Formats: sequence, C-alpha cells, structure tokens
Amino acid sequence: MAARALGWLAIVALVGGLGAALGYAPREAVQGNVQRIMYLHVPAVLTAYLAFGLVVVGSVGYLLTRRPGWDRMALAAAEPGVLFTGVTIVSGSIWGKPTWGTWWTWDARLTSTAVLFLVYVGYLLLRGMVEEPDRRARYAAVVGILGAANIPIVHFSVKWWRALHQPSSILGPEPSPVAAPIMVALLVNWVAFTLLFAYFFAKRIEIARLEEPHAG
Amino acid sequence: MSTYARRAWMILWKDVLTERRSKESLNALVFFSLLLLFIFQFALGPDRARVEAALPGLLWLGFILAGLLGLGRTFLIERENECWEGLVLTPGDKSAIYLGKLAGNVLVMAVVEAALLVLFAVFFGLDFTAALPQLAIVLTLGTLGLSALGTLFGAIAAQVRARELLFPVLLLPAVVPVLLGSVSATQTVLLGQPLGEAAPWLKLLAAADLIYLVVGILTFEFVLEG
Repeated sequence: MAARALGWLAIVALVGGLGAALGYAPREAVQGNVQRIMYLHVPAVLTAYLAFGLVVVGSVGYLLTRRPGWDRMALAAAEPGVLFTGVTIVSGSIWGKPTWGTWWTWDARLTSTAVLFLVYVGYLLLRGMVEEPDRRARYAAVVGILGAANIPIVHFSVKWWRALHQPSSILGPEPSPVAAPIMVALLVNWVAFTLLFAYFFAKRIEIARLEEPHAG
Repeated sequence: MSTYARRAWMILWKDVLTERRSKESLNALVFFSLLLLFIFQFALGPDRARVEAALPGLLWLGFILAGLLGLGRTFLIERENECWEGLVLTPGDKSAIYLGKLAGNVLVMAVVEAALLVLFAVFFGLDFTAALPQLAIVLTLGTLGLSALGTLFGAIAAQVRARELLFPVLLLPAVVPVLLGSVSATQTVLLGQPLGEAAPWLKLLAAADLIYLVVGILTFEFVLEG
C-alpha cells in the first residue's frame, strides 16, 4: 500500500517536474532548449548515487547480520541504480550530440560514469548467476562494497587520465551562476526522481520477498 | 601475528610446490604470452613506430589478458579432493589464506610479466634495460592491484557455474584505475623521464592497492564460506 502511494506521489511530482522543466524554466541563453535535458540528467545521476549508497548499506548490513532483508535492500537499490545511471549516460549522450557534435567522447565524467555503470551491471550479472540465496547475498555484498570503495579511485584515475592528455576541458569556461527558475525546476525534478526511485525500491523489495521460497 | 604470517606462507608454499610439480599454469601462461605477441604483431602490422607508440598499452593488455586466465584459476585447485572444506576449517583469521593466495598470484604474474618483457624485447627489437629499475616499481604497484582484485574475484568465480564469463565481467571494470595508472606510469618510464613525473600515478596506484587489499582482507572470509 505504501508503495502504491509512493507511486502516485512520484507521478504527480514527475508531471510537476516536466511542467517546470518545459514551461516554468526559461530558455537557456547559450545552449537553447537543449539545456533542458539537464532536468533529466542531473536528477538521474543524483538518484543513481543515492541508490549505490544504499547498495553499500545493504551489503555491509547483510555481512554483519546475515538477515535477508539487507540483501533485498541492496538488490532493490542496485537495479534502479543501474537504470538511472543508464538514463544519465543516454541523456548526456543526447545532449552531447548537438552541443559537442558527437554522441560519445572520452570526457572524464562521461567515462567514469560509464565505468560505474559497468561495475554495477557486473554486480547484477553476478546475482543472476548464483542460485543459492545466502551465497548470492554474500558474493554480491563483497562485490557491492568493493565497487563503492573503487568509486573515488575510478573518479581520480579517469580525471587525471583526461587531464594529462588534454589540458583544457571541452566544457570550457566556468559555468555562469544559475538563474533561480532553473534551480527551482532542477529541485522539483530531483524530488520527483527521488520519489520515483523510492517507489521502485519499495516495489522491488516487495517482489524480492515474494520471490523467496519461504515467503514470510 | 607470526602464526598469521606462517599460515599465509603455508598457502603460498603449497601452491608453489603444486605448481612446480604439475607445471599446470605457468607453462601455458608463458606460451599464451608468446601467442599474444604474435596477435599484437598481426594486429598492428610491421610498422615499428606504431608498436613503440602503443607499447605501454600493449604491455598491460598482455598482462591483463594473461591475468584473466591465470588469476581466474587461483581457487580452482581447491575444488578438487574437497580442499575447499580444508580451507574453511583452517583455524584463525581467514584473510591469511587470501594473502597467501595473493602472494602466489603476484609471483605468477611476475614470471609472466618478465616473460612478456623479454619476448617484446626480442621480437620487436626493444631495449628495456635503461628503464628497468623504474619499470619494476610501476609493475610491482600495478600487479599488486590487479592481483588483489583478481584473487578476491577468483574466489567468487570458482564457486559459480559460468566462471569463465563471470570473472572478466567482474574484474575488467574494477581494474580500470589500475590499468589507467599503470599504462600512464609505464609510458613515462619508457620515455626515459624521471620517475617523479609519474608520481601522481604511482600514488594513485598505491592508494588503489591499499583499498583493494583492505576490502579483500575484510571480506574474504565471507567468500571462502563457499
């Protein structure tokens, strides 16, 4: 029931977010309408980080307590996390085509997000390959923890790798201060995405519980 | 502490002894390195300048491909004769087993890397001798990170049916920072620049090694349970 309420709340917030992104927020002066992809892109990546944070919490929780609830939490966060990372990459790519003139460039943030995506796709593949619940939960927890511990290392390595090859970033000069309506539209969408994630999360936990052989 | 070190040492000794008598992995891995060299040559063509430009990347591509085969086998030997149960029943901190296995993997990788370097030197007419001490430092840091990840994932993959598929799927994305750092530092060293030029990369590799080691030591007991 709580999940259903969350779902409706998320729909309302998403409609509001869409209105804010397309109607309320002004047309950006330099980039034009293309900039509006940001209202999808930034909330998606923030939500993905939230999700991977929850994966770590669930993973550590499982290894410490061995309660299946923690593992369900890690799983329920990881799947939408991968989804939102995918949305981040695809929306960034669609933005990059008119702005940079290419679908893909080995930009630092693009690359490290892609690596993050691959790490957690590997995590989900691992989950799919192990049948026995306790073993699956343990292996997944270890990979989930390692993946999170690796995030800062990946971030810096990719950043330096680009910096050493190509001194000036494609993004060019410092971004100018953001106008208030843009900020508001961004916030509304961020809340909407977080609600949507919460709905996916709650629903996935429900499903995971039903999937278990001895549902309690 | 000394019993801890002794346990790790015994795992290493057991694996070295087994390998020395069976020569199961090393022979094949060195031969595999030779095959890689031919593949690289055919892929890049006869132009020597191209090989030299791509050399740091090629070297690490070779190490990682050999590592995918070698490191993925780390725990397979324990699946026979119920050795795995023996490991689980070992008294004391299980991370000693991880460190012993890790040391064995570092040794295997060191042999493969030395072989690949010699093969590159011979077949492409390269001279590594001037850069060898600096190169050794880069290789040590990179190999430690690669092996720390490979040992942990190898233990996981050993118990999974689609092992050959799962191991690279887990290892390759995680090893990206090690690859970036090692290739860049190797490039600096091979260009004859002082090691200080690569200092940020060496620090990054050291930090990565440390993080992988700590995670491996802390989580290995949960993997070993089988």
